Amino acid sequence: MQQLGLLSVVIWLPIAGGLVTLGFGDQRARAARWAALVSSLLTLAACVPLYAGFADGTAKFQFIERLAWIPALRSQYYLGVDGISLPLILLTAFMTVPVIIAGWSEIDKRPAQYYAAFLIMEGLMIGVFSALDSLLFYFFWEAMLIPMFVIIGVWGGPRRVYATLKFFLYTFLGSVLMLVALIYLYLKTGDYSIAAMQQLPLTLTEQRWIFIAFLLAFAVKVPMWPVHTWLPDAHVEAPTGGSVILAAIMLKMGGYGLLRFSLPITPDASHELDWLMVALSLIAIVYIAFVALVQQDMKKLVAYSSIAHMGFVTLGAFLVFYIMAATGSAQGAVNGLDGALVQMISHGLISGALFLCIGVMYGRLHTREISAYGGVINVMPRFGAFMVLFALANSGLPGTSGFIGEFLVILASFKASFWFALLAASILVVGAAYNLWLVKRVIFGEVANPQVAKMQDLNPREFLVLGVLALAVLLLGIWPAPMLNMMEASVQHLLQQILTSKLPGAA
Amino acid sequence: MMGAALSGGMLPSGPLMLAIPEISLACAACLILLCDVYFGAGRRGLTATLTMVALTVGVALTGQYGLTTQRFLLFNGLYVTDSLAGFLKMGGFVAMATAVFYSQDYLEQRGMRGGEYYVLCLTALLGIFVLISANSLLTVYLGLELLSLSLYALVAFDRDSGIAAEAAIKYFVLGAIASGVLLYGMSMLYGLTGTLDLDQLSNTVRRGPDAALMIGIAFVVAAIAFKFGAVPFHMWVPDVYQGAPTSVTLYIATVSNLGSFALILRLLTHGMAGAPAIWTQMLMALAVLSLLVGNLGAIAQTNIKRMLAYSAIANAGFVLLGFATGNTSGYQAALIFTVAYVITTLASFGMILMLSRSGFEHEEIADFKGLATRDPLLAAMMLALMFSTAGVPPFVGFWAKLWIIQALLGGGHVWLATFAVLVSVIGAFYYLRVVWYMYFDAPGERPVPEARPRMRLILLLNTAAVTLLGLLPNTLLSICQRVIP
Repeated sequence: MQQLGLLSVVIWLPIAGGLVTLGFGDQRARAARWAALVSSLLTLAACVPLYAGFADGTAKFQFIERLAWIPALRSQYYLGVDGISLPLILLTAFMTVPVIIAGWSEIDKRPAQYYAAFLIMEGLMIGVFSALDSLLFYFFWEAMLIPMFVIIGVWGGPRRVYATLKFFLYTFLGSVLMLVALIYLYLKTGDYSIAAMQQLPLTLTEQRWIFIAFLLAFAVKVPMWPVHTWLPDAHVEAPTGGSVILAAIMLKMGGYGLLRFSLPITPDASHELDWLMVALSLIAIVYIAFVALVQQDMKKLVAYSSIAHMGFVTLGAFLVFYIMAATGSAQGAVNGLDGALVQMISHGLISGALFLCIGVMYGRLHTREISAYGGVINVMPRFGAFMVLFALANSGLPGTSGFIGEFLVILASFKASFWFALLAASILVVGAAYNLWLVKRVIFGEVANPQVAKMQDLNPREFLVLGVLALAVLLLGIWPAPMLNMMEASVQHLLQQILTSKLPGAA
Repeated sequence: MMGAALSGGMLPSGPLMLAIPEISLACAACLILLCDVYFGAGRRGLTATLTMVALTVGVALTGQYGLTTQRFLLFNGLYVTDSLAGFLKMGGFVAMATAVFYSQDYLEQRGMRGGEYYVLCLTALLGIFVLISANSLLTVYLGLELLSLSLYALVAFDRDSGIAAEAAIKYFVLGAIASGVLLYGMSMLYGLTGTLDLDQLSNTVRRGPDAALMIGIAFVVAAIAFKFGAVPFHMWVPDVYQGAPTSVTLYIATVSNLGSFALILRLLTHGMAGAPAIWTQMLMALAVLSLLVGNLGAIAQTNIKRMLAYSAIANAGFVLLGFATGNTSGYQAALIFTVAYVITTLASFGMILMLSRSGFEHEEIADFKGLATRDPLLAAMMLALMFSTAGVPPFVGFWAKLWIIQALLGGGHVWLATFAVLVSVIGAFYYLRVVWYMYFDAPGERPVPEARPRMRLILLLNTAAVTLLGLLPNTLLSICQRVIP
């Protein structure tokens, strides 16, 4: 039994901060804002020793905390991080700060509740990534729906009620089936710990059903085609901060779940159904990219591009079996998994930044229609530069983080099959098309209408936020080695788990 | 499962002391009735205060003398007391005290000052206690009738309300039929076995499927289903919930639920323990229907009391699912579910009472519109309660559903578990609608709720319990495991 430690701090500090913020009330908005900012910065600061103290080169979980939680259910308060979850935790803590700052002057409707909701979300999301007990994982996973439901519903756009109900019911439907699967596994292992579930031998039939139950939960979150339809609605109607958190972090939970649960717990079913996963991923990559091309609404465009980019994550994760069958090279499979992980982090930064950019424009012109803009660079040169950078990063320009993930996945898919690679690489063309066309229509050209002419360039606060994100995108793009090193051992370990059959008698 | 021993251990302090919960309640009911007649007029709140005192004394006496960890048979085997009975009775005391607390202002404002109200609540609780400790078909019937007759009168307590009178008549007529059905079933069981004693019944009813036995059990199950409001015996639930004064609805939805739980526990899981194949099938059918009808019916409602009535039907389905597993972990799950449901529902109806004023019944779901701007604290509490009932963590309702699903999977009912979680997604919609109205809609002309600091505090404590038991559920879970070994 280990004591409470750093991970607990990172989970409960923002939640406590959220409650304090809530305590200030909407009347004392200024105090609430500062309380929120301080809590999010403290949480980020608490992540520094987490990053510094993390030992690369081992797949073992670190910063373990293990306390009795519900002995009656043999479920523990069991936390820990490895190279797969730590980057996501850092991303969560990192992205919450710009979200708080972005709402600084934009949100005047019930501000305390707004900030509190985001801080509580932050804690719960970090909880999801660090839980090593599946019941604790589920606990955080579901609890997260409550603040998100409120965020979209209260501060969202005109169709916010429809969007938030759709979001909640979709994700709730997916996750209750996962709960059934988790309880089923618990009854077999007698323990809710994820590690025990990963070691449990299961027949192919069992694995198939569990895989499908997990898939419904994770595919909705990722979201994979065809269960993606909640995402454009939720994104469009959510406030800027909500869109950022949704795109940057909540979608990653689906990817994380596939890597932490689906692949290691049901490797044989994953192998058997990998054609399905690869097919769905390729559809998402190719088809959704074309859908993004025709969007009139900037947020919708980025939302669809998110779905396409998340397709790379699922593709990279499920190519493993094809690569092993085609070449037998573990390095190719590792590339795929690495690519999936880097893509998650990179997409978190880039899509978050793009939503913040759209928020900046929306705050000035109160519309997200692409046709309402044009020539923004003439009045907002600094903003224009950022927007162009993020749009290029979104289309995978070398030197930005967007390149690394996509490149690794495409590299891996060449090892699996030429046709996969061809299809996946096609997004580079289509992606460049919709991103550049967006930039052309919104940023460049003549000033389209008199309201655009009145737009003010970035204020220092906005500059700071976008500047930090731009640095992160470039840093990860130019020098991804620290992150890849961090993940290396865990990815190798994951690959072994995936390739070890769990069928009874196979071991 | 309850230990089929015909005789219990040695009595520690005389048989009467073990029946102290019932004795104290009966005495209190008589005394309070007398006090009310002689001193009640002109002294507002006297009976309510006395009732609270009586409940406190009851808790103290029960805690001192009435709790046992062994199983004891009293009064020639008519009465049984064990740790489960102690737990349920303590729960009954606390639940009723909370209910009285929530109801006081409401009754006062509506001129329902009669002390009989509290006396009837006490006799209903006495009925529940008798049910909890019943070890004979006769005792079961006695407790059930005491409970039901008190409730009929309570539903009609607002004499000038037509809708309440209608609800009471419906409840009474249907309830009388249900009692008849129960008696008929009991008489068949008696005819088959020659005994009214539940211990003996559980030993005798072991033969294979026998047409007469099946019919007898079917009648008993039908009466139980009526008490639970399980489909197709649910017709009274929406009308009574809506028609009765809200404080009475609160009582029926919470305290009375402990009685229903005791009824099924003593009659079926103990008395019919020898023939589980017969009644688990019936319960399964009832549960599936209740989950469907309750969840779908609730979507269409605009009245919050009626919506919670359908939600009660759906939740009865969950409890019955626990019993339908026919194994101990299922019964534990049903107990956990009942306790979680009672705690949450107490606060939900408490919230409706809190928001009602004199001359205004807070009954429409639309009355919640904009509550988050009018009163953020109350809105946040209602949000917690609705998510708890929907079964979303970190609230206690989640663990309740989790245990039911776990018990179902443990019993091999994978499809039933899947069905249960899927309908609870449908169910989530109408709880979310309350949150939607409170948070997403503008308040319009709706007034700011009254301050009422005392009631607010109790509501806050109640909601805190819902949340704390959700964050750290182990205590509750292990107690429930311990009392149903």
